[in-house]
Amino acid sequence: MFEEIGTTAEGDLLINVGPQHPATHGVLHLVLTLNGEIIKKVEPHLGYIHRSIEKMCESLSYRQFIYVTSRMDYLSAHINNHACALVVEKGLQVEVPLRAQYIRVIMDELTRIASHELWWSAMSMDLGAFTPYFLAFREREKINEIMEETCGARLTMNYMVPGGVMAEPHPDFQKKVKAFVADFKKTLHEYDELITGNIIFQNRMKGVGYLSPEDAISYGCTGPVARASGVKSDIRKIAPYDVYDKVEFDEIIETGGDCFTRYQVRIKEMSQSIRIIEQLIDNIPDGDFQAKTKAVLKLPKGEFYQRVETARGELGVYIVSEGAAQPYRIKFRSPGFSNLSALDHMVRGYKIGDFIAIMGTLDLVIPDIDR
Amino acid sequence: MFSLEGLTNFIHEWLNGHLPATFALLAEFVLVGVAAIGLFAVLGLGLVWMERKVAAVIQIRLGPNRIGPKGIFQTSADTVKLIMKESLTPANADKFLFNLAPFVVIIVAMLILVPIAFAKAFQIWDINIGVLYVTAVSSLSVIGILMAGWSSGNKYSLLGAMRSGAQIVSYELSAGLSIITIIVLTGSLKISDIVASQENGWWIFKAHIPAIIAFVIFIIAATAETNRAPFDLAEAESELTAGFHTEYGGMKFALFFLSEYINIFIVCAIGATLFLGGWMPFHVGHWAAFNHIMDYIPSSIWFFGKTIFLIFVIMWFRWTFPRLRVDQLLNLEWKYLLPISMFNVLLMTLVAIMGWHF
Repeated sequence: MFEEIGTTAEGDLLINVGPQHPATHGVLHLVLTLNGEIIKKVEPHLGYIHRSIEKMCESLSYRQFIYVTSRMDYLSAHINNHACALVVEKGLQVEVPLRAQYIRVIMDELTRIASHELWWSAMSMDLGAFTPYFLAFREREKINEIMEETCGARLTMNYMVPGGVMAEPHPDFQKKVKAFVADFKKTLHEYDELITGNIIFQNRMKGVGYLSPEDAISYGCTGPVARASGVKSDIRKIAPYDVYDKVEFDEIIETGGDCFTRYQVRIKEMSQSIRIIEQLIDNIPDGDFQAKTKAVLKLPKGEFYQRVETARGELGVYIVSEGAAQPYRIKFRSPGFSNLSALDHMVRGYKIGDFIAIMGTLDLVIPDIDR
Repeated sequence: MFSLEGLTNFIHEWLNGHLPATFALLAEFVLVGVAAIGLFAVLGLGLVWMERKVAAVIQIRLGPNRIGPKGIFQTSADTVKLIMKESLTPANADKFLFNLAPFVVIIVAMLILVPIAFAKAFQIWDINIGVLYVTAVSSLSVIGILMAGWSSGNKYSLLGAMRSGAQIVSYELSAGLSIITIIVLTGSLKISDIVASQENGWWIFKAHIPAIIAFVIFIIAATAETNRAPFDLAEAESELTAGFHTEYGGMKFALFFLSEYINIFIVCAIGATLFLGGWMPFHVGHWAAFNHIMDYIPSSIWFFGKTIFLIFVIMWFRWTFPRLRVDQLLNLEWKYLLPISMFNVLLMTLVAIMGWHF
């Protein structure tokens, strides 16, 4: 244990970053051991926003528990829902109509773009640039409007149900998505013009917070963080679900392992998401948007696991069923928790400013870590 | 032609005509003090509003638009709010220094106003070491910041204050050296002489490349000295929450905030005086007719126009650049700006000796 106020025995400064701090973007509490400006150790303290979602899910039916998961990683709520819907479908062995699969994947990719945009804006703000925030929010707003029309909500969509999606998409859905895609292709390079090419930004990011592929694997990092270290970890490629095996897209793998590479991976992923949407949006087949399922869903006795690729990495849902209408035990493997565990390894020896940059490129969402 | 010179002369003669010389002088002191404080308030309110509007334009939004036309009374309303707030002093703070620090900072900011020529013959004190006085007094503000950071009893404040100390002390060197490049040409530290020497053209146009290099370095150093983004490491919102003024609230915080904007105004005014001719209208060599037309625009408008342009440039930096890291900040000064400025002074001396400038 350590003393939270004051200094360590070696005379190093202990400083609390959070639970209320502008750069943690949530109630994350980190205790920094500082030697002047140099960081010697970071210790995350979790639990400030623990709502025991896993326990809550055990008392909810298989239709209901999906909605709670929107509140985990609220920036990729749709993808969380998708994972839960998939695991229930796996247990029930329901064939999801192709139309529903197409809509789900389009929605997933829209969510991914919206999440990466918010990451871009928040990370730039951590580095002291305020304008990107508004630029990214302008584009994100368009996605939110598409979501609002179709799902009725902007952040916690709750559009997925076991067996498909809850309702037909809005009649304007295709038109609006196409308009957004055309627009976004034009504005994506603005991001590069404003921030990526900036000499201050590059100096802040390049060579900072190196994570080797071995460390990325041993800490269990997934998503853009792992891919920036050269680890293949895109679940959409490794274990495709829904129609991801039918679309063409590249898994962005870079080998730099520093902050700038992680930044670039996410920026490139946005254009890959656009590529996926473009392939699907014109070819949404006709048919049902939902498979016929029983009123009360009961998973057979056994264990079920499904993983998906959220905007932050690999989300796993593990269900133990006793054959009842509620799961016996449920466990989520959240990407943020594993990515956060690599923070201490990455920041040692860097300065406070670097620590903020490294934390920004991890793209942490605190309710995803605590659940 | 409208001129502030007439106004000051009229007041001076009227007071001397109605009062004994001593009392007239005293009355003038009081007037100057009231005018300086008034200018302070107006500048603070105006510049905060300007910053918010500039930010809004850059960030595709509207900015303050509720109180008054285009929201110009927004900052006044904010000031009322700040006055009404309770000024807390943390329990483990050094109470005397904690309460003294904002006043040190604001008094320093006020003192620097003294030698600045706002218009033709409109100056509080045309001291013969004007520019030296400004550089000397402005370096005192770091004492106030260190005081605030140390006495708050907060580790964030301490880190911010230490960063600020290193930063201001370093950047003063290249700011000073870029000022010296112009002093080499004018041969005088007196503000009125510097302005008068630019009667046939501003130094930035007359003195070739060294003046432009000096101007760019001055703007960078001025941004750093006023703790503005991209050099706002002393505050660094996302790193140190609010840096050296984390523990301050209410009016004590407002004094720090106000002094930041006054300092921006002062460094921009100095920049405008040295490089862009101060209140001197835009003159081109011997084009008598053109120069005469330019003289019809009042000198105060020239001065404030140039200053506000430079302030706009500094605000533009803030809303488009990310922040530097502390070691990069010091590298920039000691490894790049300082050697360049030193070389630049030599170059300018050569220009001045050979008479290559216009």
